[in-house]
Amino acid sequence: MWVEATIAMRFLRQGRAQTTLILLGIAVGVAVVVFVTAIIGGLQDNLIDRTLGTQSHIRVEAPRDVNLVAPAPAGTLQLVLEDPRPQALRPIDNWLEVQDVLDGLPGITAVSPVVSGPAFGRRGQALESVALVGIDLERYLRVIALDESMVEGRLEVGSGNAVIGRQLATDLGLRLGGKLRLEAGDGRDAVVNVAGIFELGVRELDSRYVYVDLKQAQSLLALPGGVTVIDVTVEDLFSADAMAARVAGLTGLQAEGWMQTNAQLMNALTSQRMSTNMISFFVAVSVALAIASVLAVSVTQRTREIGILRAMGTRRAQMLRVFLVQGAVLGLAGSAIGALAGLGLVWMFNNLGPGLFDVPLPPSLVPAAMALATVAGVVSAMVPASRASRMDPVEAIRG
Amino acid sequence: MAEQEEVLRAEGLRKSYNVGQPNEVEVLHGIDMRLDRADFAALVGPSGSGKSTLLNLIGLLDSPSGGELYLRGQPTREMDDEARTALRGRHIGFVFQFHHLIGAFSALENVLMPWMVANGRPTPEITDVARGLLADVGLEKLSDRRPDQLSGGQQQRVAIARALVTRPSLLLADEPTGNLDTKTAAEIFELLRRFNEQFGCAVLVVTHDPRLSETCDRTITLVDGEIVSDESHPRSRQSR
Repeated sequence: MWVEATIAMRFLRQGRAQTTLILLGIAVGVAVVVFVTAIIGGLQDNLIDRTLGTQSHIRVEAPRDVNLVAPAPAGTLQLVLEDPRPQALRPIDNWLEVQDVLDGLPGITAVSPVVSGPAFGRRGQALESVALVGIDLERYLRVIALDESMVEGRLEVGSGNAVIGRQLATDLGLRLGGKLRLEAGDGRDAVVNVAGIFELGVRELDSRYVYVDLKQAQSLLALPGGVTVIDVTVEDLFSADAMAARVAGLTGLQAEGWMQTNAQLMNALTSQRMSTNMISFFVAVSVALAIASVLAVSVTQRTREIGILRAMGTRRAQMLRVFLVQGAVLGLAGSAIGALAGLGLVWMFNNLGPGLFDVPLPPSLVPAAMALATVAGVVSAMVPASRASRMDPVEAIRG
Repeated sequence: MAEQEEVLRAEGLRKSYNVGQPNEVEVLHGIDMRLDRADFAALVGPSGSGKSTLLNLIGLLDSPSGGELYLRGQPTREMDDEARTALRGRHIGFVFQFHHLIGAFSALENVLMPWMVANGRPTPEITDVARGLLADVGLEKLSDRRPDQLSGGQQQRVAIARALVTRPSLLLADEPTGNLDTKTAAEIFELLRRFNEQFGCAVLVVTHDPRLSETCDRTITLVDGEIVSDESHPRSRQSR
């Protein structure tokens, strides 16, 4: 292999202008792949982060109320016209046991019981509809990093304390230490002290969410000792749907993964990934075509040299390898330059760009792009290389 | 005697082109010949007589349509490309009219090339051999030059050194001086002659130049694909 590699390298070096141009071409292609893949990956991570920053991976709820219709006797055609049942706030039966089961399931990293229901927030004459969320703070923080979104005060629920969204605070003119009256209907109300203000960055949540202690929410929503939702975090983000199905099977409850809840987002992510793959594919094709054409020209230019090498005992397989190595070297070197350029672009985007989101660089991206270009190089060198190896020395020497 | 050791023997060697087609043409019609280690032979004949075709057959660059060719006693007609290539690399050296050095390598590397394609990275021993050959052809000071930095005559000397680096038993030269002036041509012939004696390597030279063919020990004349005469004139050797 030494002699093939040596001849290949010398051939490349001798055709310096050609080699430089093709290397630049490959480098540009690979830089585009690295940069676009990193950007799309960063964008996707960012979207998922934002989406999951405010919701759990799996949401477990009590099964929905449905009409129970007795099956018709065999041989009878039954036409049913039914009104869907209203979905009253229902607690999850035996939620403590369910929580224990979920705590013990492998692949699940956090379980948080939540009581959630509608209420009004009143201050003076101002009235806002709010979503009352009763939480076990310690567990809830393992699902949603609410502490990272605090903008004022302390994250403290219980003992009559509540944490509310920035927008709600503005709407009701509340400041830290202010009093907020919560009315849940049927004469159930309570006055809570605003201990902290958060900003999740989602207007709907910032204008409606009121976090209180589990017990307080239970009593306000008339669900003593009950919870309405169990939020679950899983180890592998993308296994959420499968895990949700498993949880539903195990508990008989309704469980929905975040991918199901955010089908549109998933659709967008899939489309993005497809477009990235398409870009990579077409870049690989153009890299391959460029290498193939340069080597085809080289084989033609070097016909006599190939003939003389064959005459002096170079075997067909060796001749083949001389050109395959050239393809591989072009692919590898070009993609190394391209990967560096791509990294430079990512750095520029992160440090000098608009700063919309941070583009992380997956550690496998550069090796994968280089492997892609190298394989493309070898594959594309096949045709010219096999032409070189099949050359009849007599014909080749004659030119 | 070593000098009479057979290097090559052709028996009824034929070559046809376009076999099985209406325009089939036979270029060589049954060549019988033998070359010994000591032979310094010229292959002459008018254009189109089949000299180059015969040289290609003898050099295992092409395969005959009929007959048999023995290289060092080994029949070669049934060999596959791989075996022929290996045999060619080991036993035959070539010098062509247009020297055909590999432009990307220095003179020394060009000389080493036949050894390298067979054995890989050159050893200090073979590098010394190659340097010695370059010194023999008077180019020891130019061993690092690229072919395009050498004159035509110098390039042909490098090509001769290259043909000899594997110590072949047969050196085939196709119009090796066709592209050179008379003085340089005579020097090249002188070199071939010297190596023939020094290394005991049979030399077969295709040439159009009667002055050069007369300096050979033997002249094989080919006309219309047949050997019409095969004359030995060893006196030329002594008269030198």
